[in-house]
This record gives sequence, C-alpha cells and structure tokens, in this order.
Amino acid sequence: MLREEALRAIYPELEQRIVVTIMGAVAAELYTLGHRPNFFYLEHAMGLASSMGLGIALVMSEEQVVVLDGDGSLLMNLGTLSTLARYRPGNLLHIVFDNESLLSVGGFPTATATAAGVPRTALVRSPDELKAAADEALASATLTTIVAKVEAVGPKSFHMDLPLLENRFQFRRELEARRTQHAG
Amino acid sequence: MPVSVTNSRLIYDALKACDVHLISALPETWLVHLIRMAEDDPDMTLVRIAKEEEAIGISAGAHLAGVSSALLMQNHGFLAAINPIVSLALLYKIPLLMLISYRGHMGEKDPWQTQGGLVTEPLLRALGIPIWHLTDPQDVARRLRDAQTLAHAALHPVAVLLSRELMWED
Repeated sequence: MLREEALRAIYPELEQRIVVTIMGAVAAELYTLGHRPNFFYLEHAMGLASSMGLGIALVMSEEQVVVLDGDGSLLMNLGTLSTLARYRPGNLLHIVFDNESLLSVGGFPTATATAAGVPRTALVRSPDELKAAADEALASATLTTIVAKVEAVGPKSFHMDLPLLENRFQFRRELEARRTQHAG
Repeated sequence: MPVSVTNSRLIYDALKACDVHLISALPETWLVHLIRMAEDDPDMTLVRIAKEEEAIGISAGAHLAGVSSALLMQNHGFLAAINPIVSLALLYKIPLLMLISYRGHMGEKDPWQTQGGLVTEPLLRALGIPIWHLTDPQDVARRLRDAQTLAHAALHPVAVLLSRELMWED
C-alpha cells in the first residue's frame, strides 16, 4: 500500500488526537491531508518522535497520543521500544510505516517490538487492515505498535507552509487548552 | 557507597520546589540516590531510559504538554545526547534542565572518565548552554531554581554540573 492511502484510512482517528510524526514524507503527507493544531511534525532529530509521544502520554493521561514513526527512524532509536514497553502507557499508539528503504528489514521492527515487551503488536499490509488495527488498538487502551508495510514512494513535494516554530507554539497552546479543559 | 545521601536529598527537594513532575534518568553511580528518591515518590513520573537521546524527546514532549521536567545524566550521557540537543531542543526552543554528574574532573582517579571530563565544559560552551556548578550544599536550592527560571525564560537548555565535592564523600 501507499503510505498516503494508509494515512487517509486512519485520518478520522487522528483528527482529534494528539499526533507526533517523524520528518519528511510522513509529515508532508499528513499535513497535505489537513493540518490540525494537535499535530506536531518533528522535522529533525530522527528517532525521537516515539520518545516525545511517550513524554506527552505519560503526563496527559486523559488524551490518546498517536506516534507516526518510520522503520529508518525507529532503527536510530531502538532503545525506545524497551522504554515504551517498560512504561506501556495505554494511551499511546505507535504506528511504524515500514518501507524497508533505509535497510532491508522485512518485518524486523515487529519482531523487535514483541521481543522488547510491547504488549500488543500487529503487522498490516493494506489501508483497511491498518484502519481495523488502529481502531482495535485505540479501543484496547493498551500500548500497541503497528508495523504498516508501505511502498518506498514519497510525495512530489515536501513543502509545508508551516514554519517549525509556529507548529511548536501552536501545538503547545492546543495541549495547554486541553489540559485546562480536563482540569475544569 | 560514598555517594552523599544528604546532598542528593537537597537536590531532590530543590527539584520538587521547582515543580518538577517528570525525571528521566539512566543509572549512574553518582545519581543512584536521586533515582531512588524519584522512584519512591508517588508524585514523580520517573522514566528510566535506555540512552540519553531519548530523554531529550521525553522532556520535549513533557514541556509541550505543560509539565516541567529534569534530566539526570552523566557527562558521557550528555555527549551521547548532543545531536538531539541541537536538532530538537535548540531547533525547537525547548527548555531543558539538565543535571549532569561531572565525572573526570578534579579529583578523578579513574583514567577512563578523564577524557569526557576534559571536553564537557568546552562542548557546553560551544553549544551556548549556560553552566551552573553545584559545589556548595548551600547553593543547591537557589542555583537549581535560577537555572530552571533561565531555561523557561530563554526556552533553552541549561546545564547544572554536579561536582565531586557535592556528590562524593571520601
């Protein structure tokens, strides 16, 4: 499947949730589907989107957090799987788009996530499978890593009309508003 | 173990007074009491990480969610985290309160700690990260509070170097 189709299939689930993405194609494709103030695109620091998502999930238990990761990014921060598995916040869904393009990994993140102790894992190959797996994961209130196999095809343009600091301050304002709402 | 429990308690209480609710840490001898104190505190979220790079992401997430955090690391852990400090914390203007055990500095007997000790301050300065030394127990509360104040005002990382004089009882 194409990652863009995969994102389109789960966009309704992402729309209201706190989303942290990696840089590049994932960020540009999600942005093109429709930016929201609750979406944060980590345009650098490869591998750390899952760590950021963990930080948010641990301190905002009322919210569900979705991390959109990639196989290459995950490989740069494999320790994150053991840290996620240690704290296993039930409000965190970790989706890894695996295009096998930085390394020929063929399912390796799934095995790694399971071995690391992530309580729920799934491997999906179509937009429908991804949507079903994401719905199940979000309803389960259990830390889940989904590996979504996608083709190594990116968008025509990586342009996003959103300076990264604007995204940073907008995202923090949105989270602040939600915290105030939960507190009240 | 000659790590000072009294001074670790002073540091921990100062972090609590700074409204720190999340601490990330990787086990390290000088930090062992601090990590235990965080573990035993039901009001503290302790995240034990596999590598210090993760801590930069976790603290960035906590900050964007409106929660103050502190990072406990050895200076070699700071060296391991330099890329995310640059490409996440500095790039996105994320405040970080980094408490760094200053191994390999004056009084160090272990040869393997010395190279990291020699480069710690030059690298912090190269990154433009303000440095506070903690040597005197009487300075602990004030210096930690002031370090956090600057980090939040500047939206920038700050480094508090935990010295042998403070942490180690020979």
